[in-house]
Amino acid sequence: MHNKTLTELSAGLQDKRFSSTELTQAYLERIKQFDPELNSYITVAEEQAMAMAADADARIAAGTATPMTGIPLAQKDIFCTEGVKTSCGSKMLDNFISPYNATVIERFNNAGAVMLGKTNMDEFAMGSSNETSFYGPVRNPWNTDTVPGGSSGGSAAVVAARLAPASTGTDTGGSIRQPAALCGITGLKPTYGRVSRYGMIAFASSLDQAGPMTRTAEDAALMMNVMAGFDERDSTSVQRDVPDYMANLNESLEGLKIGLPKEYFGEGLDPEVAKAVEAAIKQYEQLGATVKEISLPNTHLAVPTYYVVAPAECSSNLSRFDGVRFGYRCDDPVDLEDLYKRSRGEGFGAEVKRRIMIGAYALSAGYYDAYYLKAQQLRRLISDDFTRAFKDVDVIMGPTSPNVAFGLGEKADDPITMYLSDIYTIAVNLAGLPGMSVPAGFVNNMPVGLQIIGNYFDEARLLNVAHRYQQATDWHTKVPAAFE
Amino acid sequence: MSLSQDDVKKIAHLARLSISDEDIPAYEKDLSNILGLVEQMSAVDTDGVVPLAHPLDMAQRLRDDAVSEDNRREQYQDVAPATEKGLYLVPKVIE
Repeated sequence: MHNKTLTELSAGLQDKRFSSTELTQAYLERIKQFDPELNSYITVAEEQAMAMAADADARIAAGTATPMTGIPLAQKDIFCTEGVKTSCGSKMLDNFISPYNATVIERFNNAGAVMLGKTNMDEFAMGSSNETSFYGPVRNPWNTDTVPGGSSGGSAAVVAARLAPASTGTDTGGSIRQPAALCGITGLKPTYGRVSRYGMIAFASSLDQAGPMTRTAEDAALMMNVMAGFDERDSTSVQRDVPDYMANLNESLEGLKIGLPKEYFGEGLDPEVAKAVEAAIKQYEQLGATVKEISLPNTHLAVPTYYVVAPAECSSNLSRFDGVRFGYRCDDPVDLEDLYKRSRGEGFGAEVKRRIMIGAYALSAGYYDAYYLKAQQLRRLISDDFTRAFKDVDVIMGPTSPNVAFGLGEKADDPITMYLSDIYTIAVNLAGLPGMSVPAGFVNNMPVGLQIIGNYFDEARLLNVAHRYQQATDWHTKVPAAFE
Repeated sequence: MSLSQDDVKKIAHLARLSISDEDIPAYEKDLSNILGLVEQMSAVDTDGVVPLAHPLDMAQRLRDDAVSEDNRREQYQDVAPATEKGLYLVPKVIE
């Protein structure tokens, strides 16, 4: 049962070949058996999951099921879940039980999906290896001495190891796409504003976006049909019609124009990863696409720009964690300032503190113009690069990550090296565009991800482009041997 | 761009973060390196470039000034470290 895709599970549930209770039970057993090795869940919500499965079975019996009814899912621990701990990977929220649901959670609940539990992640989504989590690192199912990527490392690992049929992630600078690439799964970061951010603990509000992490593009489309849409509770949610993402998956790629940014194939890219990506592009040419070299000349400015914009917004967002209204509070504060400083100093980990401090510095009196304003101007130049490119091409392709998964601890002590592992994903967030990562081969038995970037609100086309590739290849069906 | 230990202490105070003295040198090094990376921005001429604050250049949506949420004070205060009679408790601010 655990090797079925969402679409197959959905059909099996509707035809009553198995019940949601059986399916949920089977996944809970796999989690018990395999998760001690991976550390991919922070919380397994066994009791709630079984209750949700029973409700789903009743709904299927009553004939009021949706395609997601009865499907067990893993939710990133960044989404507030009423009655189930929401830690965001931080000691700060280790005791936090949300009094309300995030809109994403509410939408899955309304569709009748079952929540197996909450997945491990880099603390407050700040990291590219899942090593900044208060709950310890997640291990990559393909090689447990390597990282799964981050920040949605737990969500990627559970899908790769078949400890959930699909999961949710969030992506501020690559946090869905990079772990999807490193764990050999499919991940989609939608256009900024497409999926509600309400109840999704904020890191950098002008960049954060939630999306599905699945085995196949078809499954991602099924998830997007639930996740996407306007939400009046999110002030940046976009009021715009949502298409049926399943409708155009099979459209021909004949005449599809693919742009290959020369900046994505230069120095820093592992030559073996480059070969795998080039082979995937060849496959697209066989499917009828044409390929053209393009230039995104400001690519090298994306990482520096991001490390002003994201920390500035994080320092502002994380000021809410003050030891007063929720979360961690230090023992015996002598005065209010001591309460703030020690609650925050003890509750946050080192990477979060670094980013808060960079942000506080960039926004402090006398530095605003040189840092935040300058970064916003560069953000315009980076975004304009893509606008120009999309006049000539339909999608842009390249590697998701310059390397396959690296060793645990290998980059943990050097923030800059870690930041540069997101070099191909960060610009997409700065521009607000949708992007995907799909499995495209292996280097030294570790998965390689192909990144596909689309124009604004072109998620349906991305899913179509990814689906046709998955019809012609079998990389996305590979399972790590220890978790078959 | 290089920060001094005093700069680190000042920023930590601005951000209301207690940092132990023994950790200051590591933050001094890491923050200086990050600002060094960020420094690449200054080489670019951005005269006349309009800052991009929202990726879709959208304006903030407005709504009618009407009550849209229920009062859920009790549930919200259930997760607070210390409350009394509907108020959040903090150390004494005014003698």
